[in-house]
Amino acid sequence: MNEKDASTAAIAEPAGSQLKPASAGTRAARRNFLLHSSAVVTAVATAGVAREALAADPTKEAAADAAANLPPNVPKWTRSLGSPTASPYGKPSAFEKKAIRNMYPGLKEPMSAYSTSPLQELDGTITPNGLFYERHHAGVPQIDPAEHRLMLHGLVERPLVFTMDEIRQFPCVSPIYFLECSGNPSFLPPYGKTAAEVAGLVSCAQWTGVPLKTLLEHAGLKKEAKWIVAEGADGAAMTRSIPIEKCLDDVLVVYSQNGERLRPEQGYPIRLFVPGFEGNMSIKWLRRLHVTDQPGYTREETGKYTDLMADGRARKFSFVMECKSLITQPSGTHKLTRKGTHEIRGIAWSGHGKITAVDISTDGGNTWKAATLQEPVISKALTAFRFLFDWNGEEQVIMSRAVDETGYVQPTLDQLIEARGKVSFYHNNAIQPWKIATTGEVTNGRV
Amino acid sequence: MDGFKQIMLGACVMAMSSVIHAQQAHDFKGLGSPAGHEQIAGWNIDVFPDGTGLPDGQGTVALGEKVYKTQCMSCHGVNLEGGLGPKLVGGQGSLASDKPVKTIGSYWPYATTIFDYVRRSMPFQSPQSLSNEDVYSVTAYLLSKNNIVPADTTLDAKSLAAVKMPNRDNFYVDDRPDTKNERCMADCLKK
Repeated sequence: MNEKDASTAAIAEPAGSQLKPASAGTRAARRNFLLHSSAVVTAVATAGVAREALAADPTKEAAADAAANLPPNVPKWTRSLGSPTASPYGKPSAFEKKAIRNMYPGLKEPMSAYSTSPLQELDGTITPNGLFYERHHAGVPQIDPAEHRLMLHGLVERPLVFTMDEIRQFPCVSPIYFLECSGNPSFLPPYGKTAAEVAGLVSCAQWTGVPLKTLLEHAGLKKEAKWIVAEGADGAAMTRSIPIEKCLDDVLVVYSQNGERLRPEQGYPIRLFVPGFEGNMSIKWLRRLHVTDQPGYTREETGKYTDLMADGRARKFSFVMECKSLITQPSGTHKLTRKGTHEIRGIAWSGHGKITAVDISTDGGNTWKAATLQEPVISKALTAFRFLFDWNGEEQVIMSRAVDETGYVQPTLDQLIEARGKVSFYHNNAIQPWKIATTGEVTNGRV
Repeated sequence: MDGFKQIMLGACVMAMSSVIHAQQAHDFKGLGSPAGHEQIAGWNIDVFPDGTGLPDGQGTVALGEKVYKTQCMSCHGVNLEGGLGPKLVGGQGSLASDKPVKTIGSYWPYATTIFDYVRRSMPFQSPQSLSNEDVYSVTAYLLSKNNIVPADTTLDAKSLAAVKMPNRDNFYVDDRPDTKNERCMADCLKK
């Protein structure tokens, strides 16, 4: 997102409210004109004004003609027909241009890259499929499900190959889970301007698929089984090893997300989903599950997703995404337009289970008050929180702190650095401060 | 009476069939085809630290240099210094510093992982295009440039699994939680 776009985000009043009302004379003239032209408008509408409206630049049109659509005038969209029914796939309003995924700052190469969910533009806890964060290691393969197979082999009684149609015939479940990249974000600057740049590698959806346990029981799991090495069908043939206890607990072989088939960038036609664990373990374009008695020590679980500590040693198999929260509104590049009461909104999550509390500080961390959690609070899913606060025009630093059902309290960045050093890189779940300036402008409190 | 018997018989049959229905096991046996040895062998390219999965064949540092120059150099640099792809040499002794350099030589615990990763994912533009001999050779070349094996080394399944990487013993299993933040509500900055 560029700064110009972002500067008017979220909390600013609607653009129309700043326009002065037209004088009585102008209003009468306009009404007269509209009355006389209404027959023409209707004719044009039936001839396809909908198409014209789609093609026109809505911003320009709005600027030129805004007053005509404000009270007391009846807006043009009330006096004409809209677009026809049943476009093959619905799209967001043409006026919503900021809710888009962006490459992480500094990334230029798009094949082995990631893009963020625009958290500062989203409401609630379910991420729309087209805005779900993405991370690829060798681009997005286009796979014909008729030609895709899932192989399950290794320490099982009956090694099997499944078609996608066969996978869909097993009993399925549809839980809601968050997914987060373990590098969301790193410990090092730059710390990011927007909520998306700070922690946009997290999203949440309802996933439909078969419990991996069902497939393992179907194939006959052998007693010696300790790990499963899962492999993707993309050009990276990405592999991760997952402990068998987790595979028999809540891991899913998923084919749908928020009710529709997975998007290609989310692993179509099937992916693994490993709830609460770092995102890269949920192998996309899943083609093979190798049941073994040892971990693979693949490139990802040795050279990449291990956590280097200050003493030069490194933590391995650090799978769980620990408890975290983020204020998304107001957040960086937003602006408070008036003194008075504002609602702080945000999201919290924990790979260990449910969120039990989110506390808000509006004085830089000296005092805290509990926020309201949006029900239902779902284990390993994003939980929305809200908190009313009064802004009197002074500089303020706001922050959120989440607690999960294990009693774990989200740490500060200083606490993380003290425990791990600055170069650990992954699993940064620190409290995020946002600074509100006297102008109402909101920036990253960490920079 | 006959009528009554028939009704009773009918009721019994219905009761029995409902019992049978309730006890009927779920049957998904028809789902999935047996995976044959050949099918598994074609797809299973996993290599484990103990050498499981390494294929027959061997490779030399000398051939590895040739493979590197034609297949890897454009991304990883003339002297393995990195470019579009990561740096492949150096960094040994840097891991406890403020600027750690994590390479296959300084950081990776197992040499088998190099073989596995190169065979499955490299070269970036055309993965799984190298022969096993090429992969053994380029693995030998990379290990040689990191001073982990001598320049006249020939690697095969057995010798590759026997290579001990410098950083092997410096990994430990996740021991989080490692922070102990308190749920302080007032005067927290003074505490």
